[in-house]
Amino acid sequence: MAETGGSPASTTGRPAPASAPEQGTGAGTGPGTGAGTLRGLGVSPGRAAGRVCRMAGPPRLPDPLPVADPAREAGLALRALEAVAAELAARAARAEQASDPEAGAILDAQSFMAADPGLHQTVEENIAAGMDAGHAVDAACTHHREALLAAGGYFAERAADLDDIRNRAVAAVLGLPVPGIPDPGHPFVLVAEDLAPADTVNLDPATVLALVTEKGGPTSHTAILARSRGLPAVVACRGAMEIGDGTWVSADGTTGRVETGIGEETAARVQREAAAERRRLAAGSGPGRTSDGHPVELLLNIGSAADLGGGVEAEGVGLFRTEFLFLGRRDAPGFEEQVAAYEAVLRAFPGGKVVIRTLDAGTDKPLPFLDLPQEPNPALGVRGLRVGRVRPGVLDVQLDAIAEAARASGTRPWVMAPMVTTVAEAEAFAVRARERGITRVGAMIEVPAAALRADRLLRGLDFLSIGTNDLSQYAFAADRQHGELADLLDPWQPGLLRLVGECARAGRAAGKPVGVCGEAAADPLLAAVLAGLGVTSLSMSAPGVAAVREELARRSLARCEADARAALDADDPAVARDTVARETVARETVA
Amino acid sequence: MPERTVVIASRTGLHARPAKLFVQAAAAQEVPVRIRVGDGRPVPANSMLAVLALGAVHGTEVTLDAEGPGAEAALDSLAGLLARDLDAEEASGG
Repeated sequence: MAETGGSPASTTGRPAPASAPEQGTGAGTGPGTGAGTLRGLGVSPGRAAGRVCRMAGPPRLPDPLPVADPAREAGLALRALEAVAAELAARAARAEQASDPEAGAILDAQSFMAADPGLHQTVEENIAAGMDAGHAVDAACTHHREALLAAGGYFAERAADLDDIRNRAVAAVLGLPVPGIPDPGHPFVLVAEDLAPADTVNLDPATVLALVTEKGGPTSHTAILARSRGLPAVVACRGAMEIGDGTWVSADGTTGRVETGIGEETAARVQREAAAERRRLAAGSGPGRTSDGHPVELLLNIGSAADLGGGVEAEGVGLFRTEFLFLGRRDAPGFEEQVAAYEAVLRAFPGGKVVIRTLDAGTDKPLPFLDLPQEPNPALGVRGLRVGRVRPGVLDVQLDAIAEAARASGTRPWVMAPMVTTVAEAEAFAVRARERGITRVGAMIEVPAAALRADRLLRGLDFLSIGTNDLSQYAFAADRQHGELADLLDPWQPGLLRLVGECARAGRAAGKPVGVCGEAAADPLLAAVLAGLGVTSLSMSAPGVAAVREELARRSLARCEADARAALDADDPAVARDTVARETVARETVA
Repeated sequence: MPERTVVIASRTGLHARPAKLFVQAAAAQEVPVRIRVGDGRPVPANSMLAVLALGAVHGTEVTLDAEGPGAEAALDSLAGLLARDLDAEEASGG
């Protein structure tokens, strides 16, 4: 598979701090097209190769210019806004065609903002007052932005749409490349500083081959999006933005290696090999098993019944995030609406396992109807199950709806609460769920304190599910959104694995299942380590299932346990990963 | 000046698709129409930014006004639009 030096597992990448251009690409000396290697964090497995297209950042305004011809400036500014409105309307139409009416409606409304006569009037007034076209657009958008922010809630969130209009129109006035996802007319490897949710609405999997970002970490939006789409992705890849547009590169989303200047022929070969690998993995099926038959359930992370349409074979749902029902709402969804949504998912797996997580919101994931006060430190504030302290009714309605959906579908769902911290919280949740007839009650393990008390939690609960993304954030005191700290959030951190092992041991002692539903479960080598630690199920986005199934089938339970010991014994995540990968290669060579 | 007062019926309030449909319809009228919340400052109904900045949610009472030939018909048509749940129509219409 690799171009040189054996299996890609033997060239495992180092996390961000060590990443630097090894040669050729000349960071700091302008865009390079030469041969070289960049290293980042592989966060979505698979390989791809193609020409680089960089996403332009927001345009920077030069110093104000004296205006000789105000009519010309006004024409320039208004034509730019009209072009932006037309582009947004075209994107709205594409979203509608792609059966994404929600994105279509938002883009449509955004198009109307760009065409707004009030906005155009402010631009003309600014030009009459002596501004050049660029500054007139900038100032007009800032002016209207304030009014949206003052309206609060959902309306304030639209300020970001206006910022996007500002960036597009200013770029058009200045003749700079359009910010946002590029459209070079051929498939490309997208290179960006980082990707925001808004950038990804129109990401076309037919033309974007892989994602490489300068910033971001294993739990960043880029990483989660890439895994859900099955796109290879490398994040925290220092020097990526220095690669010139059009350079042929290959990206390995498992090892984090990005080879630059490889040439068209090599790129074509990588693409052929990657396609063959995908076909081979897609042919796999059946439940998760080690080579000696030890079962490890393979489950899906989903947001709604719509996520079950991909035809991926899995044994059930390990994480049904219920937030989608609540997002963007001024009022909480009613009992009946919730019953229908839960029932649709429960009926999709009549005999299988479905784990429903109750609403995970807070000031870090704000929901307007909860009307929670601002907090200085939202990640450490009122979120997850803690929201019940101030808005107890929301959970009551949700549990009622889950119980009703279970009765209507004739199934017995597993129901768990997010952000459980203490035994008392777990017990209170279990009482509320059981008094409604819910029989399988569990907790997410995201807080280190809960992991350390896993044995006590399991006295009153039926199962645990470890959310490795948040558990990393809280155990390593590192913000999930902080690009500079990506190495601390590496799921191979031995400290994190030790907390996982603690929970798995408690599960084994109690004879109760303990799963992992963080994105760590989708890393095939790490999945083997988790199985070796005693984890009984792995839940991930659908594209990860096949590779994990295959990796587990290649090794015995004893081998997984040896891998787990090796990973726990390592002093840093790169060493842990390298050690397990080396063992894998060595055994295959012997075989 | 002719006026109509109406309660926003759309479940998610006057934004996204409901706002677009309203602004579009207002722009198509032959007379300029204004919209306000309570005693607030009236703003042009054909301005998406101004309409969003009203912050009108489900249940908010808004007042439309217009003057000139065709004002009554324009107000009737726009008030009728706001009195419908445009989100529900979207959902059932596919």
